[in-house]
Amino acid sequence: MNQKYKPVPREWQQVMDEETISRAISRMSFEIVEKDRDLSNLAIVGIRTGGEFLGKRLQHEIERIEKAQVAYGVIDITLYRDDLSSAQSQPTLRGTDLPFRIAGSRIILVDDVLFTGRTIRSALDAIIDFGRPRSVELAVLLDRGHRELPVQADYVGKVVPSHRSQLVRVRLSEMGYKDGAYLIEREHK
Amino acid sequence: MVDHLLGIEGLSKTEIHRYLDAAHSFVEVSERDIKKVPTLRGKTIIHVFFEPSTRTLSSFDIAGKRLSADTINISASSSSVKKGETLLDTVRTLESMNPDVLVIRHSESGAAHFAARNLTRSSVVNAGDGAHEHPTQALLDLLTLRQHFASSKRPIEGLRIGFVGDVRHSRVARSNIWAHIALGNEVRLIGPPTLVPMDFARAFNSPLVNVVHDLREGLRDLDVVVCLRMQLERQSEHFVPNLDEYSKEFCVSERLLREFAPSSVVLHPGPMNRGTEISGEVADGPRSLIHRQVNNGVAVRMAVLYLLARTLDPREEGSER
Repeated sequence: MNQKYKPVPREWQQVMDEETISRAISRMSFEIVEKDRDLSNLAIVGIRTGGEFLGKRLQHEIERIEKAQVAYGVIDITLYRDDLSSAQSQPTLRGTDLPFRIAGSRIILVDDVLFTGRTIRSALDAIIDFGRPRSVELAVLLDRGHRELPVQADYVGKVVPSHRSQLVRVRLSEMGYKDGAYLIEREHK
Repeated sequence: MVDHLLGIEGLSKTEIHRYLDAAHSFVEVSERDIKKVPTLRGKTIIHVFFEPSTRTLSSFDIAGKRLSADTINISASSSSVKKGETLLDTVRTLESMNPDVLVIRHSESGAAHFAARNLTRSSVVNAGDGAHEHPTQALLDLLTLRQHFASSKRPIEGLRIGFVGDVRHSRVARSNIWAHIALGNEVRLIGPPTLVPMDFARAFNSPLVNVVHDLREGLRDLDVVVCLRMQLERQSEHFVPNLDEYSKEFCVSERLLREFAPSSVVLHPGPMNRGTEISGEVADGPRSLIHRQVNNGVAVRMAVLYLLARTLDPREEGSER
């Protein structure tokens, strides 16, 4: 493939590459199916923006291995954040789209990095405002520790020990990069 | 540093679109089963309305409540204003109860600016000041147009828009004109010389704004026709011989639109005087976007409150992954 990728800074330390990300998604897909073979109520929900593309990849992978349709939606948790007034980076609302019945569904919530757990807390609140799912499970590509709330993931691509001051970024081909996950010193942000 | 929304004058195209983008997302929130998000939980919004209002007040109130803020409505007729308290004393009294946002409507131009200058801790939103500005109405008009023209893949830049009727007394027209100048749109002000003075356009200091005193000539090839209300509470009728005669010359009818602006859509900020500035056929017809306007009022006001609230009590930088 002769695709041109956007470069990432050289100082970023790579912790996952194209292959490990692809394997992780494949393994998590098998684990999700293994836990409950009945896919009729299964719905993948990506958290904007980090979980959007990963959620889509999980959906396609499960559809591929099980030859079945899997519902997919995205949620924007901006309005549910507990740090609205300091919503430093992007206050941009991208909207929520859950085109299936929440009540009674088995939801797999997807994000790229699990850190403090606050995003997940917000996402749970947001989902529950749409209805009462049968269950909610959590899938993340990376778990970097430093939880501030009692949240844990059911499916983890990779556990990456990190210092609290470091940053973890996931870059995917859907955003124009070569797939990769990186550990970054704050000064190289 | 608290932020205010006092007028459209001075806003850039980017800033206008930022409000519209946010409002676009809030339309979806109002379509949910549970039409409420926790975004402004713990914030207090006081609506201080020195002038009567149905749609603006109720849509601000609904917007605040859908964002989980606590909202309090104060109307002039049932408050100390009636006992002779000045505007300054009223807003200072209210500010000492620590509201996060004051939404103010007043019959004097500049009232919201005056309040904003004299308050230190609360954000001020102008919900209409005299004949000066009504920024949230202009934003909801723009959102309505953006939705309408999006279906034919047209941006709201490059439109030809006409304001018909009592431009002189209309804060809705003023706010809209500033917005359309920022967007680079051609603006026509249409009405009798008493209601659309020749030199009125000069105040906007823009070659995009022109005055036309003949309805037919003014309507020609417009994309958007905004009918303005004859403001009987501001004695608009004394600026015309009588209302019957006015409507013969300036009532926007389906017959005229079909002839001069066949593809146009029609807005009206309400409340309508049917048969005076707009015919019932146009108001209820397929080119009317009037109901969409009311519907968008809540989303736009949610967007304004949301964007202002971000500037309140900035805390430590939040979590970052």
